Amino acid sequence: MKVLVAVKHVLDYNIVPRIKQDGSDVDISGNKMGINPFDEIAVEEAVRLKERGVATEIIAVSIGTENSKDTLRHALALGADRAVLIQTDIVLQPLGVAKLLKTIVEKEQPALILLGKQAIDDDAGQTGQMLSALLGTGQGTFASALNIKDGVIEVIREVDTGNETVSIKLPAVVTSDLRLNEPRFLKLPNLMMAKKKPIETIIASELGIDFSPRLKQLKVAEPPVRKPGVMVNSVAELVEKLRIEKVLP
Amino acid sequence: MSILILAEHDGTQLKQSTRQAVTAAAAWQLPIHILVAAEHAHVVAQEAASINNVARVIKVEATHFSHPLAEDVSALVLKLAAEYQVILAGHTALSKSVLPRVAALLDVAMLSDVIQITAPATYVRPIYAGNVFATVESSDSTQVLTVRGTSFAVAADGGNAEIVSVEAPAANTTTSWLSEEKNVSDRPELASAHVVISGGRSLGEQFNSLLDPIAHKLNAAVGATRACVDAGYAPNDIQVGQTGTVVAPELYIAVGISGAMQHIAGIKDSKVIVAINHDADAPIFKYADYGLVADLFKALPELNAALN
Repeated sequence: MKVLVAVKHVLDYNIVPRIKQDGSDVDISGNKMGINPFDEIAVEEAVRLKERGVATEIIAVSIGTENSKDTLRHALALGADRAVLIQTDIVLQPLGVAKLLKTIVEKEQPALILLGKQAIDDDAGQTGQMLSALLGTGQGTFASALNIKDGVIEVIREVDTGNETVSIKLPAVVTSDLRLNEPRFLKLPNLMMAKKKPIETIIASELGIDFSPRLKQLKVAEPPVRKPGVMVNSVAELVEKLRIEKVLP
Repeated sequence: MSILILAEHDGTQLKQSTRQAVTAAAAWQLPIHILVAAEHAHVVAQEAASINNVARVIKVEATHFSHPLAEDVSALVLKLAAEYQVILAGHTALSKSVLPRVAALLDVAMLSDVIQITAPATYVRPIYAGNVFATVESSDSTQVLTVRGTSFAVAADGGNAEIVSVEAPAANTTTSWLSEEKNVSDRPELASAHVVISGGRSLGEQFNSLLDPIAHKLNAAVGATRACVDAGYAPNDIQVGQTGTVVAPELYIAVGISGAMQHIAGIKDSKVIVAINHDADAPIFKYADYGLVADLFKALPELNAALN
């Protein structure tokens, strides 16, 4: 069974982005970049499926500039067998990404497509569902556990009231939540070996698909700051202050 | 043209997020329709029809909506979509699963977790875990969006909308619902509680025994940090933060919470934030209206006693 995992190259999760002086966009130049943490969980899950003998081949796909190869190498080091970069310099939005991924899915015919539930830069959380709809497959979003047998995948989903289990016929699209697994620590030999694994480059504009951005970003700003608070010295003082604020009985 | 709101409900009652979506929809000054899909939709449809400013409730009953799946709900929304200029819903697990499918098949962009609608197609939404607010404009013919509940007021009763029934499309053939594990609690719902008390990982095994008595006295919902949920001290559905539930209560009490940005992003619209932490340098104190540096295992029983 072939598994395709989509990975996004994003600003490192420890870095708070700066805003450009003209307020037109965030400025991520010169910052550490890496694999979107939710996508790393998706890759880890694919690797575990291969280790259990369920998956036979793992293909990692990323869309973006040449720099996205770093994130593909991360996926290869985790255990993906080969990688595809759909190369473009234009601003990507979920609909365009889903359309581009669809072309690769149609070419590779994986039984399972894994993605992170959202990317930590745009926080959209749309690509997996859009891809599933465009492909006409079932979807399992916010997965915290999965199990595959007899052409069907059972997914435990994290929903607002607890957990829900759904059964989806393969091929299916599944998006990973935080608690699906804890990705393994990358060891240096794996990183070295990953350099020998192939990365195929496809030029996005040659695929004949309209993936141009639909949303125009007018400006970005820092969120409003809260007024400074005060420190209290005891529980009694805290309770007194909150009663004055009329938020405690 | 009109606006279609996908209702979120538990089979007997609308979720507050639906009423907040009604308030958000007022930005367009167009007739507002609410779509109620359920196995038995009558009671929920009646409630939706009574919300102020709602012109029509579309009631769709089918056995496969007893546990709605994204594949089925999106097919239903798409059946109705041609008549609507705007399709919106609260930013809930169901809508997050359904509306991207709708947008993709309409070939339009979608906007997730909108916190402000500044003009009929201009939106503010948080990016980078709430560290940045982006203002974006959509030129698509149909606007598809989810809105953050806490950013919009809860629409009150006072309406008397017509209720029309529509036939559901056939159930999908790829995906089926198997089971659910609901965390039953007699506490108010996290997203709509007036008081929320949340704990971090440092509470450990005493998470419930320390927080529950205080929550009970304050009629508060209990929340937890991601680390606390990951460690298994609290269930996943009470995780507060950008990737969990976003809250904006009158009073938010953060106990043993350091203040990771993704947590702060989910609480900073609260009216009063209280932080109790043993570490005076914890970032949470920068966002708190009242901070107390104290040993949690002493301060919480003291707080509980002070509320008698």
